[in-house]
Amino acid sequence: MSDNSQDISQGGYTTIDGRKIGGVMMEMKNITLRFGGVVAISDISFNIHEGEIRAIIGPNGAGKSSMLNVISGFYNPQEGEVWFHGAKRPPMRPYQVAEQGIARTFQNIALFEGMSVLDNVMTGRLTQMKSGMFAQALWKGKAEKEENENREIVEKIIDFLEIQAIRKTPVARLPYGLKKRVELARALAAEPKLLLLDEPMAGMNVEEKEDMSRFILDVNDEFGTTIALIEHDMGVVMDLSDRVVVMDYGRKIGDGTPAEVLANQDVIDAYLGVSHD
Amino acid sequence: MSDTFLYGIEVVMNGLMTGVLYALVALGFVLIYKASGIFNYAQGVMALFAALTLVGIMEGQVPFSHLINAIFGTNIHHFGWEVPAVLAIFLTMGVMVLFAYLVQRFVFRHLVGQEPIILFMATIGLAYFLEGFGDLMWGSEIKKLDIGLVQGASLWFEDLTSGLGGDGFYGFYIDVLDVTAAVVAIVLVVSLTLFSQYSKQGRAMRAVADDHQAALSVGISLNFIWILVWSIAGFVALVAGIMWGAKSGVQFSLSLIALKALPVLMLGGFTSIPGAIVGGLIIGVGEKLFEFLIGPMIGGATEAWFAYVLALIFLVFRPQGLFGDKIIERV
Amino acid sequence: MFYREAGDFKTTYADDTQTFPIKFDRYRYYVVLAFAFGVIPFIINDYWANAVLLPFLIYAIAAIGLNILVGYAGQVSLGSGGFMAVGAYSTYKLMTSFPDVNIFFHVIIAGGITAIVGVLFGLPSLRIKGFYLAVSTLAAQFFLVWLFNRVPWFYNYSASGQISSPERTVFGYAVTGANAESWVAYLFCLVFVTISAIIARNLTRGASGRRWMAIRDMDIAAEIIGVNPLKAKLTAFAVSSFFIGIAGALFFAVYLGSAEVGDTFGTTKSFLLLFMVIIGGLGSIFGSFAGAAFLVVLPVLLKNVLVAGLGWPTDTAAHLEILIIGALIITFLIAEPHGLAQLWRVAKEKLRLWPFPH
Repeated sequence: MSDNSQDISQGGYTTIDGRKIGGVMMEMKNITLRFGGVVAISDISFNIHEGEIRAIIGPNGAGKSSMLNVISGFYNPQEGEVWFHGAKRPPMRPYQVAEQGIARTFQNIALFEGMSVLDNVMTGRLTQMKSGMFAQALWKGKAEKEENENREIVEKIIDFLEIQAIRKTPVARLPYGLKKRVELARALAAEPKLLLLDEPMAGMNVEEKEDMSRFILDVNDEFGTTIALIEHDMGVVMDLSDRVVVMDYGRKIGDGTPAEVLANQDVIDAYLGVSHD
Repeated sequence: MSDTFLYGIEVVMNGLMTGVLYALVALGFVLIYKASGIFNYAQGVMALFAALTLVGIMEGQVPFSHLINAIFGTNIHHFGWEVPAVLAIFLTMGVMVLFAYLVQRFVFRHLVGQEPIILFMATIGLAYFLEGFGDLMWGSEIKKLDIGLVQGASLWFEDLTSGLGGDGFYGFYIDVLDVTAAVVAIVLVVSLTLFSQYSKQGRAMRAVADDHQAALSVGISLNFIWILVWSIAGFVALVAGIMWGAKSGVQFSLSLIALKALPVLMLGGFTSIPGAIVGGLIIGVGEKLFEFLIGPMIGGATEAWFAYVLALIFLVFRPQGLFGDKIIERV
Repeated sequence: MFYREAGDFKTTYADDTQTFPIKFDRYRYYVVLAFAFGVIPFIINDYWANAVLLPFLIYAIAAIGLNILVGYAGQVSLGSGGFMAVGAYSTYKLMTSFPDVNIFFHVIIAGGITAIVGVLFGLPSLRIKGFYLAVSTLAAQFFLVWLFNRVPWFYNYSASGQISSPERTVFGYAVTGANAESWVAYLFCLVFVTISAIIARNLTRGASGRRWMAIRDMDIAAEIIGVNPLKAKLTAFAVSSFFIGIAGALFFAVYLGSAEVGDTFGTTKSFLLLFMVIIGGLGSIFGSFAGAAFLVVLPVLLKNVLVAGLGWPTDTAAHLEILIIGALIITFLIAEPHGLAQLWRVAKEKLRLWPFPH
């Protein structure tokens, strides 16, 4: 197994095209996750640097979504530690993880179907909205001011993702591609430090993939957001990501730049030998 | 042995009997839930309606007599004939099958794919509808249900156990009707479990409960299975209605038994046929014992809420009940 | 051509999020308010107050409360009758223990007490969901009714077990008791309704509303994006019970004057409120009013047409009423799960285009 993670210093590094990447933001140390007798993740360690785009790839069932769920605090690993910004993260509820600045999208879209696009994206701001119940009951004053301030931030995200025209539409009525974009908007609205994307390109045609890729790159470029994404499309992975982690049957079988990983025989045997798409 | 202890044993035995009767109603719930994911709040009213129809047919009542009299100013109530019990039971069963078909056709076919809570609320509406309908059809006075089941104390059992106490102890009181009900319930549970596990239709039922689309794709007719299931539930309701009706008369409070079946289901698990029996027994004995031991200290009449609180506490620790399917949520 | 948005541009977010963005709606709202406060008190009589207006107003508050819990937060409760009882009995104890405090404050405090009780019985919602939760709210319902029946302290040890509302005044006018005039009782309730509706509207349009709806729509995803499920569910129970408690207080003190807990606040009441919310429209303040109006007027209508008009016996009319309500529930759930509120919205959409077809 070729593991290149030691080549990257704890401090930052520079990518092939000259972008400067910061120090380690999140580190998974020896994570093991079991569901009853099934081992979903087996002793996996890798890190994510600040400002980079890290891809997690692997065959179906490798444990990638489970890893994302561990990062967002939905699953608690039986063994191992999660380190965030240099401090060990104690076991915490998912909403507390969100408050720390980690946002995500979901493999099967998890939008709130009873609300409009605007309301869905506004839910991304909920960790930042602090007015108490009494202030909200009164509305005028503190609560209204906070609502309008957050509305402004959300509108910027809506502009950025070009979904202005559908902001009042109930999300249940939207086609699949737009739903994915709204989900991204909701995650971005939280102004996260770390953005987790679970198969953001799933079910998209070439044009939609190009749009989504452009958005992801822009998010990383303009907002400096660190991104970890699960993806099957190797072309997307090669183009977008700075470094890649490869998983298979719950184990790590590759870790490095896309070029290094593609040259790794273990990875080729396990994953790329089978044709997709 | 002290009098209180002996009385306590009698309480437990009566609790077991009551529990079996609860289980009878709970069975109907489990069946429908297993096959369609619908929690049928109307099961209790179905028992009431079945019992009303049975009595109505047996006594030759004119259906909707009150309504007809109100509209046309007539004063008719009975046809003048009487129908023997066995035939009446068959006819009532026919009515329940018709009911199953109508419910399928007009209510649940239009609600396929809705969330469980919407389906539940639809069955609440159904319960109200059926209650009003049943009252309009047969009238809401209390009716006596007599299909020839033996009632009253079991003298044999009393004599058998009279030796356990000291002088003046008459032996344990058990109502023969309750024993009959217990036997019937056990027969029902066993046969329904066997049916569900081993018969072709039972297997189809379980397939439908698991995944509607997949069941359709292997050629199972959703509508037929649902009509079948509601008919079986109707049959179970009829049995429950007969047992309860013979015991305390056919009246509105019969439908409230359904409310008691709910904690039984919570304890036993919504998807388990044997769970209905176990849950029923636990609740039956539990509430009688609690009222006997602790009731007098806190004002009595605790049977109104004990079953619910017990089930609630249980649910907090084991949300799927004793034998229910574990609820797994993924994201 | 009178119901239009064209030319009415919103230039601030505040304008965009107001309750009635269309001018016609806003003016209609002011007219209704003016009529309710300024005209009805002068033309109201005892029959209309007791048969229609007072129950409508009071049930509207309860329906708003239950709608917040069931419609916005998605936590189904079959125990609202019991919570109304908490409001009623709290008011009774407060009125009899502190006779010099104005009843207005008693009602509000009773609401607060009900909110606390609501949070307590709402705790299971953290572990139990869906209709398991609905069934466990029945535990609250049965327990509370038993409590107010069996613990004599609650009805001041009276032999009948009933509670009666002593006379209380606001600004010198009797609001409760035999001397209360209908316009005073009406106005008193109307004030509570207006304030309740405004508070409910404010809470549901902002962060709280979104937290509740997120929990309702997909509670796991809601938690992952940062909604604290404990706080969201318990605040829903608290706010909902606050309104239901106030409704119970008013129902007992102003409308009925006396109550016996088993008859007045049993499961029948819980189901009635649930039906109001379903028929009116889940997740809609307007729906709460519509549902309350519908289920208050329907029995009055049936009684007048069938019993008084056609001479039917009352119990037959009552049976027909139950049957119709059941049929309506099913019809609404099939045809329009979002209730009268949705029918209203669709009608307004058509009106916005009128006289053009599309």
